[in-house]
Amino acid sequence: MSTATLDLPPAVPAESRVTYLNATTGIKSWLLTKDHKRIGLLYLCTITLMFMIGGLAAFFMRLQLLEPQGALVEPETYNKLFSIHGIIMVFFFLVPSIPATLGNFCIPLMIGARDVAFPKLNLLSWYIFITGCLLALVAIFSGGVDTGWTFYTPYSSTYSHSAVTWMAMGIFIAGFSSILTGLNFLVTIHKMRAPGMTWFRLPLFIWSMYATSVIFILGTPVIAITLFLLALERTLHVGIFDPALGGDPLLFQHMFWFYSHPAVYIMILPGMGVISELITAFSRKKIFGYSFVAFSSIAIAVISFIVWGHHMFVTGQSVYAGLIFSGLSFLVAIPSAVKVFNWTATLYKGSISYEAPMLYALGFIGLFTMGGLTGLFLAALATDVHLNGTYFVIAHFHYIMVGGAVMAYLGGIHFWWPKITGRLYPDLWARIAAALIFLGFNLTFFPQFVLGYLGMPRRYAVYPAEFQVLNVLSSAGASILAVGYAIPLIYLFWSMRYGPIAPQNPWGAKGLEWEAAATPPPTENFDVMPVVTEDAYNYQPLKGAHHSV
Amino acid sequence: MLMTVLTQTGLHEMAALFPLQPPAASTIAGGVDQLYYFLTGITLFFTVLIFSIIFYFMIKYRRRSPDEMPPETHAPLALELAWTLIPSAICVVIFFWASYLYVRNSRPPAASSEIFVIGKQWMWHIQHPEGPREINELHVPVNQPIEVTITSQDVIHGFYIPAFRVKKDALPGRYTSIWFEATKVGTYHLYCTEYCGTDHSHMIGWVYVMPQSGYAAWLAGGEQNESMSKAGEHLFSVLGCNGCHTPGGDGPPLAGIYGQTEKFADGSAHVVDDTLIRQAIIQPDSVQLPNYKNVMPTFKGQLDEEQMLQLVAYVKSLGPQERKNGQ
Repeated sequence: MSTATLDLPPAVPAESRVTYLNATTGIKSWLLTKDHKRIGLLYLCTITLMFMIGGLAAFFMRLQLLEPQGALVEPETYNKLFSIHGIIMVFFFLVPSIPATLGNFCIPLMIGARDVAFPKLNLLSWYIFITGCLLALVAIFSGGVDTGWTFYTPYSSTYSHSAVTWMAMGIFIAGFSSILTGLNFLVTIHKMRAPGMTWFRLPLFIWSMYATSVIFILGTPVIAITLFLLALERTLHVGIFDPALGGDPLLFQHMFWFYSHPAVYIMILPGMGVISELITAFSRKKIFGYSFVAFSSIAIAVISFIVWGHHMFVTGQSVYAGLIFSGLSFLVAIPSAVKVFNWTATLYKGSISYEAPMLYALGFIGLFTMGGLTGLFLAALATDVHLNGTYFVIAHFHYIMVGGAVMAYLGGIHFWWPKITGRLYPDLWARIAAALIFLGFNLTFFPQFVLGYLGMPRRYAVYPAEFQVLNVLSSAGASILAVGYAIPLIYLFWSMRYGPIAPQNPWGAKGLEWEAAATPPPTENFDVMPVVTEDAYNYQPLKGAHHSV
Repeated sequence: MLMTVLTQTGLHEMAALFPLQPPAASTIAGGVDQLYYFLTGITLFFTVLIFSIIFYFMIKYRRRSPDEMPPETHAPLALELAWTLIPSAICVVIFFWASYLYVRNSRPPAASSEIFVIGKQWMWHIQHPEGPREINELHVPVNQPIEVTITSQDVIHGFYIPAFRVKKDALPGRYTSIWFEATKVGTYHLYCTEYCGTDHSHMIGWVYVMPQSGYAAWLAGGEQNESMSKAGEHLFSVLGCNGCHTPGGDGPPLAGIYGQTEKFADGSAHVVDDTLIRQAIIQPDSVQLPNYKNVMPTFKGQLDEEQMLQLVAYVKSLGPQERKNGQ
């Protein structure tokens, strides 16, 4: 197994072999599949469509902000654009992104299982998800929603004249898909690991998916309840959040952030897992400090549940609550820092190559570092008072969510694409796209840090003229970013039909999905069930006597 | 260097076109900015550090042949501890620094004068105790601490003056407060930072920091409204409050009650402040005093937030001395 690509027989065209892609054919065979790999692809198609809707909304927002008085639409329309952008990107793209696509595809392959624990439940969760998506689309096409993705009451429950109830129900239903997926993953990881696949031999992607699943199960019910109560107040005027009906508007914010802060980690933890896979594969190194990286995922998942109050420092929350939530928020910075240092140290004395997935991974480390450090400004009470509700917050979380989560998602898609499709994509185009995304991203969002410090509030359809230069820079960056996203869409589609046949293990990567399963895998994943005898990322062939798979 | 080539005017033009710093015009702005620069320094340091190490490793350890396999390295515990403990220590410093400023900035000095702010879709309604009212404009004297009591007539708004580095949400049915002391005469932005509906981005205004003499003249000139407490006194009799809230009446006399800690019928004890008076008007049975019958009707829905503040101002103006003498 030393140089996996060289030892294996020459690549067999996928067409001449039975794989999960050609085992059964016809649209019905996909819509009724119980194969985790096909379900992963169903999710991939769905969330790509949702990403395009959310991206289109962002495109119009950046056009609008080219001019201080608003270049494109009335404020009412702009408000709907940013609401749709936020809601679609958070609940219908980022939350399911890596778990539902790469998680579904890779978890059984990586732990040596034939499928997830509950394949039918897995298919059901996709149907639940698209039901949620359809309701969200109904909300968009029946007039849209103008509440922002945060749905703050009493605006959302009493004052907004938009399709809030439809959208809330869409998110409510899509949440059950998260819960079922999390449940499926937890049971799969606990019960279906191959012989010899001990907890501390698990790839770190599995640890991060485990931590994510815990948040799915514990956090999602809270947002479901919150949105249900919101719909109840909106439709039946039951006083829960609106003070005019005897409710408490801050109760909504507590409940909303109790889920939505952990949800930030639902979005970034899987990305961290992907990065651990990429960094090791492209530097041919064991991860530096395996147990520190693994436990930092768990630490992040646990701490994420007790920091929600840092969204509410300026809401009139008591000074003492502010102090406690601020302190706890700093606590979550530490495991994140530990990960960054360990990834960087993994490169030390490695054998580093720069295929597209690695470019995404290195980009991730840089952007996540900046996103994490700018989080300190917002965890710190005195500076948060100034920056809260401004573009600084927008820039900070886009560094984490786009610079972090989306970069990792794209890196992961590029890394496992040959495994998924059996085809290679043009690496040069992939590198160009990765570079464009990195540049476009920074040009879009870095000026927003400055805008925030200058005091420009978020969610403004029009703005004072002195902010125009920075806004134009940001819009220019967004157009580069859009090109960067469009290129992979084109060549990945192209590669499915015209790409060269992928070798068994194009990166020479370790892991059961590369070493023990064919490319692309058969429906049952493994011809012979693997037995694991070595640690993850055991790129030590020169001393090779101590392992054999 | 480009900068040296630029003329002084050029620099000014550039600063106007491309500002990097908001004006700092309050006593707390300097402290917040120092912390901001410290955090920027930390961010720059670690970002440059991580990027440099990555670039160095990328070049030094680039793959030189396709079947190259690197040597094994081990993670020393000392290193793991170092990069856990050093960031922790930095975080502790930031936490205490930021919290010290926050706690200090959340306590108004005793000599503060008062201003009242009501957020309404989509305007800022401002009321000075002396009587003048403003919309989307706030006149304040320089070098005078001012406590701002904030509430909302409808949805949640956010009261934000970037030049002062202060912000607080305006909540319906609740009073929040900030304080500031302006240090520089000038005109500064006022924004709403909590999304509040269609014209959220039009819910902006200006803060005029005036010399103290100019402010006094401004107060004296302009439209002459009665003071907030006078308006409250007027309301107090129009609404018939004075029918019961008199010595020997069905309700407790209110002279001197403001600022006192009262024991309520349910056994709890609270300081009588703006929030509590508001609650007594909206939901009288929730702050029932012992020895009085629960006969007060609610005034919920009958008063707007401005009138509510006037009633509070009136009760406040009754002063503590009379009460002490009376008991």
